[in-house]
Amino acid sequence: MSELLLEADAVAKHFGGVKALRDVSLTIRRGEVYGLIGPNGAGKTTFFNCLTGLYVPDGGGFVFDGAPLKADAPHQAAERGIARTFQNIRLFGNMSALDNVMVGRHVRTRAGVFGAILRDRGTRAEEDAIRRRAEELLHYVGVADRAGDLAKNLSYGDQRRLEIARALATEPKLLCLDEPAAGMNGTETEALRVLIEGIRADGVTILLIEHDVKLVMGLCDRVAVLDYGALLIEDVPAVVQHDPRVIEAYIGVPA
Amino acid sequence: MDTFLQQIINGLVQGAIYALVALGYTMVYGIMGLINFAHGEVVMLGTLIAITSITFLIKAGIAVPLAALIGISLSVLACMALGWSLERIAYRPLRHAPRLTPLITAIGMSIVLQNLAMMIWGRNYMIFPPLIEKTQFEVAGASFTNVQVIIVTVAALAMGGLLWLVYRTRLGMAMRATAQNPAVAGLMGVNANRVIASAFVIGSALGAVAGVMVGSYYEIAHYQMGFMLGLKAFTAAVLGGIGNLAGAMAGGVLLGLIEALGAGYIGDLTGGFLGSHYQDIFAFIVLIFVLMFRPSGLFGEKTGDRA
Amino acid sequence: MRLWLQSLTPRALFGLALVAVALLALPFVAAMGGQAWVRIANFAILYIFLALGLNIVVGFAGLLDLGYIAFYAVGAYLWALLASPHFGLHWPFWAILPLGAMVACCFGVILGAPTLKLRGDYLAIVTLGFGEIVRIFINNLNAPLNITNGPQGINLIDPVAIGEFKFSTTSTLFGITFTGPQKYYYLLVLLALAVIVINFRLQHSRIGRAWQAIREDEIAAKAVGINTRNIKLLAFAMGASFGGVAGGIFAAMQGFVSPESFSLIESVMILAMVVLGGMGHIPGVILGAVLLSVLPEALRYAVVPVQKMLFGEVLADPESLRMLVFGLALVLVMRFKPAGLLPSPERRRELAEKV
Repeated sequence: MSELLLEADAVAKHFGGVKALRDVSLTIRRGEVYGLIGPNGAGKTTFFNCLTGLYVPDGGGFVFDGAPLKADAPHQAAERGIARTFQNIRLFGNMSALDNVMVGRHVRTRAGVFGAILRDRGTRAEEDAIRRRAEELLHYVGVADRAGDLAKNLSYGDQRRLEIARALATEPKLLCLDEPAAGMNGTETEALRVLIEGIRADGVTILLIEHDVKLVMGLCDRVAVLDYGALLIEDVPAVVQHDPRVIEAYIGVPA
Repeated sequence: MDTFLQQIINGLVQGAIYALVALGYTMVYGIMGLINFAHGEVVMLGTLIAITSITFLIKAGIAVPLAALIGISLSVLACMALGWSLERIAYRPLRHAPRLTPLITAIGMSIVLQNLAMMIWGRNYMIFPPLIEKTQFEVAGASFTNVQVIIVTVAALAMGGLLWLVYRTRLGMAMRATAQNPAVAGLMGVNANRVIASAFVIGSALGAVAGVMVGSYYEIAHYQMGFMLGLKAFTAAVLGGIGNLAGAMAGGVLLGLIEALGAGYIGDLTGGFLGSHYQDIFAFIVLIFVLMFRPSGLFGEKTGDRA
Repeated sequence: MRLWLQSLTPRALFGLALVAVALLALPFVAAMGGQAWVRIANFAILYIFLALGLNIVVGFAGLLDLGYIAFYAVGAYLWALLASPHFGLHWPFWAILPLGAMVACCFGVILGAPTLKLRGDYLAIVTLGFGEIVRIFINNLNAPLNITNGPQGINLIDPVAIGEFKFSTTSTLFGITFTGPQKYYYLLVLLALAVIVINFRLQHSRIGRAWQAIREDEIAAKAVGINTRNIKLLAFAMGASFGGVAGGIFAAMQGFVSPESFSLIESVMILAMVVLGGMGHIPGVILGAVLLSVLPEALRYAVVPVQKMLFGEVLADPESLRMLVFGLALVLVMRFKPAGLLPSPERRRELAEKV
């Protein structure tokens, strides 16, 4: 098994004349927390969308876990082991928190229409397993007490956690978090940090988009900086933090 | 070649009518995302009101051109009032209801209007009084009438007028803004209620004009005529890209042409297996094919998924 | 099943028993008003069947289908062709019904595969067009080769029969005399119960959750690994098969089919049943189907006497008056119960929050 989990090779994406991604190449190693930062509009979310199959890249591609990723097949990305959360939370609002996580088990379970109708022993066992796993995950992220509530009625922080639980339910090898700390207060952010540490300790590789510099520098093993769709630098946080190009990209003046 | 030219002419006339009706659908859809199923019935009522009033006026001894003018104006005004009331009574209270609720209301209103028309005008076909002396022209083996010429001309004028209204007036700007983003338009001081009501009123006026055209073209009318016409016009609106004015016009004309050519040639194409009574399926087959390759219609904006 | 019964409170059990008795007694009570009322009850159940089928597509998966009646037509004509003198074929019902479900299912896939990527209302108009295409073909496939017998329709269709036992004729069982419609009634109740159970089980399954997820947020559904195209197609195919089976029963029960029965307005009616009752909520859909199928019939009996009572004479054409009242009822229900008469608990909460 290769040490690399994900290789992005010259991924490009443009919308009309706007070049959202300019041949971005980067590599993510197994077991690391990899930060992706950059000013607003730098192309971070576009990169996520290409990776998870929601956008088809205009050039380049990804190799994930030893095999190329098919473009334009989000459900296959999930099947291969890439799960994600969304910057502007996308839960199934009118489903209960528990149901949200149970949906996450979809890709790792099999029951079809006939199983559903006949409710044979196998289907019931699978359904029980789905429910148990979903309950465990709710507990894991800390929203077990809201299991029966509609997702949209959860507090903001709980919604972010629920989205992570749903993503974890797909048993990802790579978990992509798009600004998970956005809008959180200090206590919530700290709890989130602990949660991410825990997920990493369970062996899941994490790709993190985040604006909270403290969180990124504290959590990440390596950090990549995007600016105007191009990769500026990819290195350990200590180096990235002091790179003049990064400072310029953020502040706007040469340092 | 004369069949071809003939069918082009027929298709153009029919297409002009579809286009006018399609505009009524597309305006309402563009602004509030509602398929106003009752629009076809508005067109039907436009035809029947015109028939009744013109016939009455002619019988009362008023000169035909004047009778036509008054009758058509009456029909247009009545339809505008109807469109306004529909929006005010049936749809406005449902603006924040679940998505399918106003659709069912629209279907209900369509049933109501159709049966109301039947109670007033009966089940029989009505004769549309001839408004002008029909003359026939012949060009390159294809014939057409002055009625057809007038229909296409009036339709073109009406569409031009609509474009002017939407792109050159304050009301038009408000309409475009509301279609883009009702909340922001509201913040900018656009009165959404007024804009939506105007879309209904203008669409209904165009519908009444189209209704008079249908009546004078086919010379008969019936309380059920609005249904298929509305369906075709809506198809045309979707074909062009619903919510898009130019798309509705192009879609209407295109649909008219496709139907006419299809009806003219289907027998030859299928070796006589399928006859011209399959005319009605062309609209739908073309629609399905177009949407397979252009999911937002021919002129519709591409609305990509946003993550 | 036994476990499920045990989990009920005595009160619920009593209620269930009451419903069962009512269902059993209904055809005899209805027969007091004439066999016509038994037929109305039968149609109400057939509409429950259809509405629940459409509910899978519209209510569960959130796909607006305005051509649902096409699948009903396919099932009905399949039965008519395979069990009538038209082709001289007389297949038994246990062969035709599954075949009808399968053929309708194929039609569903043929329609769905190229179109399911379309968004909401575009899908609606495409399905509507498909329904019309099917109807126009049925209407015209009598020449040059007579397949459907065109607008005249097909007559003398075989009833449902098990061996020599025909559901169309009066017969005496256990000392009780059952008329044809009454026998069909019990058959329909059995089928409807099966459909209700299937609907319920589908809703609370892995597939049902996937449908709901797609309805809520298609992109998020994709991101968690749901193959949205296939799962939508599944909803379409399931709904279509229900329609196909219902169509077969319809043909057998009526003994006659013609294109008239499969017009767009029928699709619209079934959709209205689903929405008016409470989309996605099985009891609501059942209520919607019963109301909207019985109401026009009840009005048929009411409009003439009521007019005579009020005005002393029949002023308005009864047929159009009854449809007018029906249309108004649709408008009024949507005005005052926008989520339907019996919405699911979630929907009710959702609406309560908005106000």
